[in-house]
Formats: sequence, C-alpha cells, structure tokens
Amino acid sequence: MELQQKLEILADAAKYDASCASSGAARKDSRGGKGVGSTGGAGICHSYAPDGRCISLLKVLLTNACLYDCHYCINRRSSNVQRARFTPDEVVQLTLDFYKRNYIEGLFLSSGIIRSADYTMELVIDVARKLREEHHFRGYIHLKTIPEASPSLIELAGRYADRISINIELPTQEGLTKLAPEKNLARTQDAMGHIRNKIDERHADNRKPGAPKPLPFATGQSTQMIVGADDSSDAVILRRADVLYGNYHLRRVYYSGFSPIPEPSLLLPIKAPPLVREHRLYQADWLLRFYGFSVDEITTDAVPNLDLHLDPKLAWALRNRAVFPADVNKASRESLLRVPGLGVRNVNRILSARRYTRLRLADLLRLRVPMKKVMPFIITADHNPARLGLDDEALRARFLPPPRQAELDFDTPTAAASDIDSVRTGEM
Amino acid sequence: MRTVIIEPVFESWRQSARNLLALRVPPSDVLWCEDAQEPTLFGLENETLPRVAVPNVPSAFLDMARSVASHTDARRWSVLYRVLWRLTHGEERHLLAISTDSDMRQVQLWCKAIGRDIHKMHAFVRFRLVGNDEITGREQFVAWFEPEYRIVRLGAGFFEKRFAGMDWSILTPHECVHWDGSAMHFTPGVPRSAAPDDDALDGLWRTYYRSIFNPARLKVRAMQAEMPKKYWKNLPEASVIAELIAESGGRVEKMLTTESRPAKPAPKNAYLDSLRKMNTLASPSLPSTKGS
Repeated sequence: MELQQKLEILADAAKYDASCASSGAARKDSRGGKGVGSTGGAGICHSYAPDGRCISLLKVLLTNACLYDCHYCINRRSSNVQRARFTPDEVVQLTLDFYKRNYIEGLFLSSGIIRSADYTMELVIDVARKLREEHHFRGYIHLKTIPEASPSLIELAGRYADRISINIELPTQEGLTKLAPEKNLARTQDAMGHIRNKIDERHADNRKPGAPKPLPFATGQSTQMIVGADDSSDAVILRRADVLYGNYHLRRVYYSGFSPIPEPSLLLPIKAPPLVREHRLYQADWLLRFYGFSVDEITTDAVPNLDLHLDPKLAWALRNRAVFPADVNKASRESLLRVPGLGVRNVNRILSARRYTRLRLADLLRLRVPMKKVMPFIITADHNPARLGLDDEALRARFLPPPRQAELDFDTPTAAASDIDSVRTGEM
Repeated sequence: MRTVIIEPVFESWRQSARNLLALRVPPSDVLWCEDAQEPTLFGLENETLPRVAVPNVPSAFLDMARSVASHTDARRWSVLYRVLWRLTHGEERHLLAISTDSDMRQVQLWCKAIGRDIHKMHAFVRFRLVGNDEITGREQFVAWFEPEYRIVRLGAGFFEKRFAGMDWSILTPHECVHWDGSAMHFTPGVPRSAAPDDDALDGLWRTYYRSIFNPARLKVRAMQAEMPKKYWKNLPEASVIAELIAESGGRVEKMLTTESRPAKPAPKNAYLDSLRKMNTLASPSLPSTKGS
C-alpha cells in the first residue's frame, strides 16, 4: 500500500481522539544538538480544520487493526473499515518531514490493539525511541498507552514521551461493559495511578543535592471521555472527571461528543454529535479547575445535566442570587471568580488595579468585560444593581436566547463565537 | 510644542524619549512624527542636554515598549511617552499595575496584537526544502510569511531554538531572517517571488489535513476565528478547505444511511482470553463516585 493511502486511513482512524495539547512539556530545544525540535512553551496550533479543531500534532494510529470491539469506535473489530499498518520507520520519517516544514509540534501516536497489549506497546515505543535516540528529535511526543501493558513498558513510553494518556472513554463500568466489553474502568484507573506515581517521583523537586538526576519521564497524563454514547448524565461525567483530576492528577480530561462514524454499530445507532453539551462540559471543567467550583455546585441531584442555554457559571449564579452582588472594589478573589462574565485574567486585573484606584463601570468596559452579563451581579463605585431588580424572577429570562433561537435543534452546532473563544482561553 | 522626528523603531524612540525626559518636556508639548528617511532630533538640536541621570523605569515597561514599537498605529510613540512620563514625573509609579487606565489598556492591546502576530508566525510559517548545503550537507529550507506588523526580529528566536539542526530562511516583505547553524542574520524584505511556491511534502500534508477533519462537526466560524482567511494564501492545506466544507453534508448523510454492522464474534486470541479472565476476577478497588 502506498504511504499516502496509509496516511489517509490511519489519520482518519485517529481523528476521534480530541486531545490536541502540545503544552506543558519540559523545556528543551535543538540548540547544540544534531536534530530538530523544541518544547516547553505554550504549544502551538499549526492549523485548523473546518471542524474548528486545532491541528498541532501528527495524530495517527500505527495500525487500525484491533482486537477490541468498542462500539463507538470506527476501528473496532466488527467494523468493515479498510485496515492499514505503518512501519515504525514510516511514522518516524513522516514526523520528521512534517516537523521540519513547521506543519506540526510533534507526534501523537496511538494504535489499535494487535496480538496483545505488550506487543502493541512495544511497536508504539519503538517509534518514539527511534525519534529520540536515532534522530535526536526534541519535539513533542504524546503516546497512548494501554492499561494492561506491563509497567516496565509504560515506564519506557514515559521516558520518550512528553505526555502519555489512557482513554477512560466512558465514566462508568456499566457503560464500558455494554459498549467496550474489553475495557475495564478499575484497571484504567489503576494504570493512571501508576503513571501518577512515576510522574511525581521523577519530577519531585525535593531531590538531595548531588543525588543522581532521575531518568526522564513524561510531565503529564490526560484522558478522554466520550459524551452521548451511553446515557451517563453530566453529573456522572463531571464526578468521574473530578476523581481523575483529584486522585490521578490528570493534566486534562477531554470531552468528545459521540460523533457519527462511517461504520455504525447495531448497538449504538448514530446521531448528530452533541456539540453544545460537549461545550458546556468543557466550561464546567474549567470551573472545577480554575474557578474554585465543586461538582455538586455545578450539577445537582435534581438537575443532573447542564443547562444547554446558559453557561454553567451563569446558571449557578442564577440559582444562588443571595451571594450577589459582589463589590468589585472589595470582594475576595474567590467571590470575583464566581461572577458571571469575569474570567481569571480580568479578575487578576481588577485585583491589581483596585489597590490604586476605585473601579467604575467604565473601567470594566475598558477591560472588555461583557457588561450586560456582569451588571446584575456586581457593585462598582458608580453602580449598584438593586435597581435592576436582582431578585426579579425575570432575571433568568434576560439571559436566555431569544425564543426563535431556543427552538433550534441543540444537537447542531450553535455555540456562539464568543463561547468558542471562552473554551480556548478559559475566560468565562 | 516640539516636533520630534524619529525612525519608526524602538531605539530611535528610546533615544528621543530619554532626551525629552532629561529636559523635563511634558507629553502635551511633544508632537511625534515618523520618518525613516530623515530622522532628526528637530526641536532638540539647539539645546544642550543637561547631564542628569535618566530615571529608572520598570523593565516590564521597556519590554512592552519594545513590543509596541513594532505596531503600526501612529499614536503609539506619544502614548508610550505619556506612560513613561507618568511613571517617572507623574508620581504614578504603579501605573503598570492599573490595566483599567486608558493609556495602559491601549498599550496592553497593542502588545496583545503584536503577541498574536508573533504567535501566528510561529504557527503558520511553512518551510519548503530547497536543497542541501554542498559542504556541510545540511538541509536547507526557505519559508515565505506575511506578518501584519514588523515582528521578524521579535519572533525569530523561536525558530533558532526549534530548527537549529537545519539551515533556513524566513522571507517577509519587511525583513528576512537566515540561520546557518551558528548565527541568525537579518536582511531587508523581499517580494513574494523570491520564495519557492511549494514543497514535495505539501501533498501528503493535505492528505493528512483531509483525513483529520471530521465532517460531522463542521464549524467554519471557529476555524476562521483562529486561522483568518488572510493567511490562507500561504498555507498549502488551505486549498482543500472549500471542498471539505462542500462535501461534508453528503458525507454525513451517507453515514446516517449506512446500515449498522452487527458485532462479529471474538477471534481466538490468548490475550483476549486473559482479559476475560481478569474481568471475571475481583476488580481492584475503585474510588467511588456518587451516582456512577
């Protein structure tokens, strides 16, 4: 098979993995070396596809042949998709060729599972080893690992990779048993625990002076959950994410709306991807990680799913009006982070500026704060929202989309450009 | 009112600003003009500069000023001088901490625009292989890029670190930068025709771009927010965007009408058997999550 045809099949096979980060690696570069490559900055998106997703890494499978039968996956053994397999050298050469043209930040390598977990891991590791040792490649490498692979192989993968990941795919064992019968939640979390220990151990900053430098190891791990394939609520998904962040220190949990595939399974009829729901989950994830919210504040037993019409911080604020208004000239950082329309950066600017000046509405306008959104929730030197009727039941209605829009099918992409931007920057 | 003519570069502004500061000329008395041909210190030339120490300013201000100097807004020199004056003579030493101040905000917005332009340069430069050095054998690459501002010097260090192991040139209309393995050199800008049009790998890159696109998630606006059309003419992958968009509806329709596949029986495989055995044994302890 021609290289081009392999690339066509094996990139197509990899595109349902949402992970794209190329940030958070240890600082290294090619100066004084024999090859190319640098990492350690913010990560760069070298292109964007018309699906709005960033392209930063050459994301391919080594092979899309697979023993497993995960029904959401185009590469499951029951699918009739055309199969292909790269040789390790082909992936190495493609990575270097693409990298030198500045198309990419590095390689994201995954694989269908063939023969056994260890056999597959060895093939994947061989690519990374060749890049690092034979070609002195110092760009970004993300390796997908298999929970059942030997710990020694996961350790080897971590030595060559900047990031390693295991996809948890679904938040509950019941979901996995039904849709991904070979996968096991406990084994996945176990493997994440081992990886976390390795990361902690190798990057501990309490090394004694003169102690030998530990072997290199990836600086972080991430995972992905598919949204909308099983019937898990947002509360279940976010609680799982919270466990993963808390217990295993994941850098990122990616949420991937279950998307139609050309080879649908009888067990899992295809439907339009839940893009707005996916977007709300990312916003909720940001609230957990950067805004001091807990899962139980974002989703409740009574309302286990996020509001598709309102961003989760605004929805929380409307449920908790008693804590507002917050005085931007006095309120704590924690309180300001909870004001709808104030992102982390603007909260930092407000805290810095108010040491020297009394903030007024015009000051917030200059920071490009969305005024209509924040005004019912804040006090400034020249504004008190009492006269806006903060307790008015009509407040929620102010923030809902106009009726015509509310009838739109929310399974189709309707997130506003500003929403998309907020996912990227984390500004709410 | 004094008219100060400077070259539109940071060093020229800095020199004049230091002199004006030494003479205690307030910002409202200065009219800043750009002229690359005839930079003069008109308005200052007949005066003897007092030998006074120039007050220290935070290094963060100099970094910002260096960045803002690359912008094209004609107001930037006077705004920078006003900020400098307020920092040194206006008793506003904390000005840099006040993002809500209109001068500071303006400076920050200019910095942001420059930062974005540099970031896009790092993202969208596309190197084309033109040959190998006859003596060293090193691969030689040339790229063409059209930044919005004069950012080549600000953005070049990234390429030195990343591509130390190959020879490269980045050509732009304003200025060009070249790396030969030991040092970066800067030369004047050149026209588009000086750079190669394509590369043998562009075809494979387009193949990848087509395959990584998911037609069921079409979000053209989101793509254009990050990759504005003005960059498309120099991106090899951009030539297939229109057809990917046009085909996406039909491709999704085809998926929706494809007959679902039943599950095939598991093949005979020792590893799958071992997985099944593990699944029936007691699972390792699982941290509980409410509701899961």
